[in-house]
Amino acid sequence: MKKTIAVLLASVMALMIFAGCGKQKENVLRVYNWGEYIDEGLVEEFEEETGIRVIYDEFTTNEEMYPRIEADPSLYDVVCPSDYMVEKMMKNGLLQKVDLSKLKNKDNIGAQYYAALSDFVDPGNQYMVPYTWGTVGILYNTTLVDDPVNSWSILWDEKYAGSILMQDSVRDAFLVAEKLLGYSANTTDPSELAACSELLHKQYPLVKGYVIDEVRDKMIAGDTALAVIYSGEYMYCKEENPDLAYVIPDEGSNMWYDGWVITKGARNVDAAYQWLDFLLRADIAARNFEYITYPTPNLASYEYIDEELLNDPAIFPGEDVLKRCEVFKYLGEEAEDLYYEQWKKVK
Amino acid sequence: MTNKKKWLALPYFVWMVGFTLIPLVLIAVYGLTERGSGAFTFSNVLSIFQEEHLRALILSLVLSVICTLVCLLIAYPVALILRRAKVKKSGFVIFIFILPMWMNFLLRTYAWLNLLDDGGLIFTALKALGFQGNIIGTNGAVLLGMVYNYLPFMILPLYNSLTAIDDQVLNAARDLGANERKVLTRVIFPLSFPGVVSGITMVFVPSLTTFVVSDLLGGRKILLIGNIIESEFSIASNRHVGAGLSLVLMIFILISMAILNHYDKTGEANAI
Repeated sequence: MKKTIAVLLASVMALMIFAGCGKQKENVLRVYNWGEYIDEGLVEEFEEETGIRVIYDEFTTNEEMYPRIEADPSLYDVVCPSDYMVEKMMKNGLLQKVDLSKLKNKDNIGAQYYAALSDFVDPGNQYMVPYTWGTVGILYNTTLVDDPVNSWSILWDEKYAGSILMQDSVRDAFLVAEKLLGYSANTTDPSELAACSELLHKQYPLVKGYVIDEVRDKMIAGDTALAVIYSGEYMYCKEENPDLAYVIPDEGSNMWYDGWVITKGARNVDAAYQWLDFLLRADIAARNFEYITYPTPNLASYEYIDEELLNDPAIFPGEDVLKRCEVFKYLGEEAEDLYYEQWKKVK
Repeated sequence: MTNKKKWLALPYFVWMVGFTLIPLVLIAVYGLTERGSGAFTFSNVLSIFQEEHLRALILSLVLSVICTLVCLLIAYPVALILRRAKVKKSGFVIFIFILPMWMNFLLRTYAWLNLLDDGGLIFTALKALGFQGNIIGTNGAVLLGMVYNYLPFMILPLYNSLTAIDDQVLNAARDLGANERKVLTRVIFPLSFPGVVSGITMVFVPSLTTFVVSDLLGGRKILLIGNIIESEFSIASNRHVGAGLSLVLMIFILISMAILNHYDKTGEANAI
């Protein structure tokens, strides 16, 4: 009996070694991106062009992605987090520097976007390659809302009780209350956060649901009046339901950037650079924009994009609107806990 | 038992140690230590008394008790009918009840989401009949999802314990002058009691701990204790509080298990 087990164990171990070898020889890139955040055809095209096999996984929120990378920074080679999350990963040593000079398409990205990222989250643009950007605003159904939509306060209007969708993400939900109360979107003041939480709790009975990706389907279905949403979702929703409109409220909002980073433990750094450069190509960025409809910072790609879209202020807002918008910064673990404590009191 | 036969239990032993015992120890270790410093503390467990945690726990308890009662009320008559039906027929009906369990739990809950959500079949039909408001995002929707998903767990043990009752016992009761109502309350029900208890446990425990049903059908508005624990792990990345609250939940599960063991001498629950 013992012999049998010994043989079994030995063969299992041998198998594991072989499996390990196989993995190392094959040229594999492991990508971790938001759900529905790339034209999947592009992944195949990348594979064909480079001969690199892509293992592609998706997450739904920054907060869901972070603990997985924290537990094992070699789990993926490239990840696509949002600005404040990049800062957090950077500060906690989960990322390695990206040498922009190795990316021959890096100048396709507008200088203003590099500058904004450098100012807010990634000084000197050492870690993050911009992928998309946008704002947070209100998507509303013009057949159900007859008031003018220009303030976050409409989300507290009893008239629309049971017809309001909020984001189920701590920072985005708090943003709404912070802006309405005139606070910074990056406040860490406990009394300000308590006031926000109280305001959001007051809103709770009016809220139809706290949503993530399903916000699109619900708004397209046409039974919901108002939703807090990322500007990138607007174009897709509008195509499916022409009654929908998008507004960045006057009180200001959040301007966000998502971008690619290379993890500290990346096993295939060369492939990661190839991936980044591929996505930076103007034609690829334009095709990707048409598919995911999130505004691209890739100015070179604009020549491939429909002018009507480029002139739509909901997708590409003007400077005056952007001036009222703040970029989220990473606020540190203590503030994060504070936000989460207050968030739990909302529901 | 010979020495050789003992070896046959080895895979199960390894499985149990690896996937039950060690995780349990880990939960206890995380639950009883402080985040960061790792010092021993009860604060994670005691955080159940925080207002929002307590509220979620109470809502979970209320919903799972209602869910268990509804399941019992639906399942008992069904099991009684099945007991009386001819063997072939009852086999078919049982098959019908088990059939949905062959489909993935998550898929079935998503199906309900699609039926009840905006533009869904049931929602649209109700709206046409003049219904206003939302279904998704209410306690009722969560309850419906729980009852639908856990009902088979009530029917099966009830059916098993009811079919185990010998007809002769019932005939004896009738011979001794008991009417049908008395036969039911004084003979059938007491004899089926182990099935009732195991059915209750098997519905109560998963509905107390669920977070998927409330997440999907509750529109993320309804926070059950399962959702709190889940978000401690995922959003707050605070394993310590998550594990501490899991320990609290485990106490409730252990209590219901203890009740089960007390009544269930025949090992009915283990048969499923």
